[in-house]
Amino acid sequence: MIEREGVTDRIGEHARRAFVNIVRGLIQIVLANLVNLPLFILTVLSIAFIPLGVGVFLTPVAVLAVRGVANQQREWAEGWSGVRIPVPYRPEPAGRVGPLRRLRWLLTDPATWRDLLWSLLNVPVGLVLGVLAAGLPVYGLEGVFVAPWLAQVSDYGWGPFWPLEDWGAFGLAGVIVLGTALTAASVPLGGAAVKAHALFTQALLAPTRAALTERVRRLAESRSETVDASAAELRRIERDLHDGAQARLVALSMNIGLAEEMMKHDPETAQRLLAEARAASGSALTELRDLVRGIHPPVLAERGLDGAVRALALSLPLPVDVKIALPGRPEAPVESAAYFAVAEMLANVVKHADASRAWVQIEHPGDRLVMIVGDDGPGGADPAAGSGMRGIERRLGAFDGTMAVTSPPGGPTIVTMELPCALSSPKTLPS
Amino acid sequence: MRVVIAEDLALLRDGLIRLLGAFGFEVVEAVDNGPSLLRALTAHRPDVAVVDVRLPPTFTDEGLKAALEARKQVPGLPVLVLSQHVEQLYARELLSDSSGGIGYLLKDRVSDVQQFVEAVRRVADGGTALDPDVVAQLLTRHAREEPLQALTPREREVLGLMAEGRSNAAIAGRLFVTEKAISKHTNNIFGKLGLPQSEDDNRRVLAVLAYLGS
Repeated sequence: MIEREGVTDRIGEHARRAFVNIVRGLIQIVLANLVNLPLFILTVLSIAFIPLGVGVFLTPVAVLAVRGVANQQREWAEGWSGVRIPVPYRPEPAGRVGPLRRLRWLLTDPATWRDLLWSLLNVPVGLVLGVLAAGLPVYGLEGVFVAPWLAQVSDYGWGPFWPLEDWGAFGLAGVIVLGTALTAASVPLGGAAVKAHALFTQALLAPTRAALTERVRRLAESRSETVDASAAELRRIERDLHDGAQARLVALSMNIGLAEEMMKHDPETAQRLLAEARAASGSALTELRDLVRGIHPPVLAERGLDGAVRALALSLPLPVDVKIALPGRPEAPVESAAYFAVAEMLANVVKHADASRAWVQIEHPGDRLVMIVGDDGPGGADPAAGSGMRGIERRLGAFDGTMAVTSPPGGPTIVTMELPCALSSPKTLPS
Repeated sequence: MRVVIAEDLALLRDGLIRLLGAFGFEVVEAVDNGPSLLRALTAHRPDVAVVDVRLPPTFTDEGLKAALEARKQVPGLPVLVLSQHVEQLYARELLSDSSGGIGYLLKDRVSDVQQFVEAVRRVADGGTALDPDVVAQLLTRHAREEPLQALTPREREVLGLMAEGRSNAAIAGRLFVTEKAISKHTNNIFGKLGLPQSEDDNRRVLAVLAYLGS
């Protein structure tokens, strides 16, 4: 019984995989001929029409459509065959840009041209590999179930036996045996065809050496900015401590020492000095508290990003809707960068936006932290104008993060910040 | 009056024991971590507890969590929470069961010994002692709204002191006016904010905090 069930299960699994290969093969055939080819022609024509003007507007549409198809292929390559293909495109220029700059952004990106080459080559390659993936199991089954019967009523054959009638009983057995073998072999073979297509896609759609060089350059730049910024930050903290709390503590101990001396013969002055000392200690504590808040807010250490942003929202003079869905906590440095980015954005809203309310949304879809800060102010925020936004970009850049601002006149202003990171599971958190 | 103290820094813990002892409090136990605090609070059921927010073992908000948990098991257990920083988020959590007996102060406030001891007594009596920093934030948050705009500067001052948890008599002493004058101000405030009047100090404070916390 158990044995038979095992066999049935295996055949079922085999059939399922064969079916999956057929579907994937068909998708590739259709995509190669009905999508890639028309898109390739459209893109080439659009680019050719750029001097006439119409191409300026058509080209981005065509190129972005090609990117959409290419991105779908990247996803399939990973999902179907486990071939990871990173997306190589250069980031879209921030803010509102004219059509010509947009065009330049697309056409100077080598990835655009590689996409186009891939679109053209995929017409035959996608067709052949798709036919292999989809056709092998179908042909194998045909050999077993269709060819023997069809050969009896007409001039028909299968595989090497053509026409089948000439081969007699040997041919009939051969068709069934070979057909069965092909049906069985079609699953790994079809899988291989799908994988071959993924590898072909990877060869053309993965980032090139040039892209990696570009990335190294960007990283080196952001690293040196980060190092500069943190050195300046340390310098500021040192100065604040030196001129602030430290100086106050010196005055404090001096006052207490004096009071000690005066206690006996001039208790009134002693009391006044002690009162001064207490006031000085109060200011020193306030300064230290502000300094600590600027380095690493205690509530962030205690409650993580979620609690810290909620606490921050409560302390602002305008209502802030907070929606946070995080299943765990990011690494401490990332958490801190994320917190300060949100805090700076909210401070901007309070200072400049003339808004009546703001909102913060934080989530972690898969491999990155997405933070959205918006307000209902009149818009028109210019990321290039404020040093605050530049600072946030630098903070995020140190972790490969990005920031995008949309702020049309009339509002609303929405800032989307992303930080690639993993979350620790909440179980490892101190509760 | 029986007190439990939770503070992990020995210097501060000894200071608090000495300070409260000097004002006639009986310190029944002084602990230095969250789990011991919860045990001490439920075992001794003190008249009031003075608790540091950040305690071992996790050095996060262990003290606050233990205090909230103890209040779940012993409803209305008076707790005064001390911290190096104050957050409205924490104030809100402490006040959420609106059964009074809650204090939330910056550690700095301990240096004004008279005021601090008065705050401990007030909390032990089921009253409220909220840090001026928290109150200031609450008021800024509502500053742009209509009803608060309608208050006179003096009324706003009285509202702030009331939100800290002070009685009419204490506010009168603080502002050097008669209790009757303060009573007139509070009536005006309650009228303008549309809150139900109440003779009971604690209930009145909680009404103000509920209004500002919303």
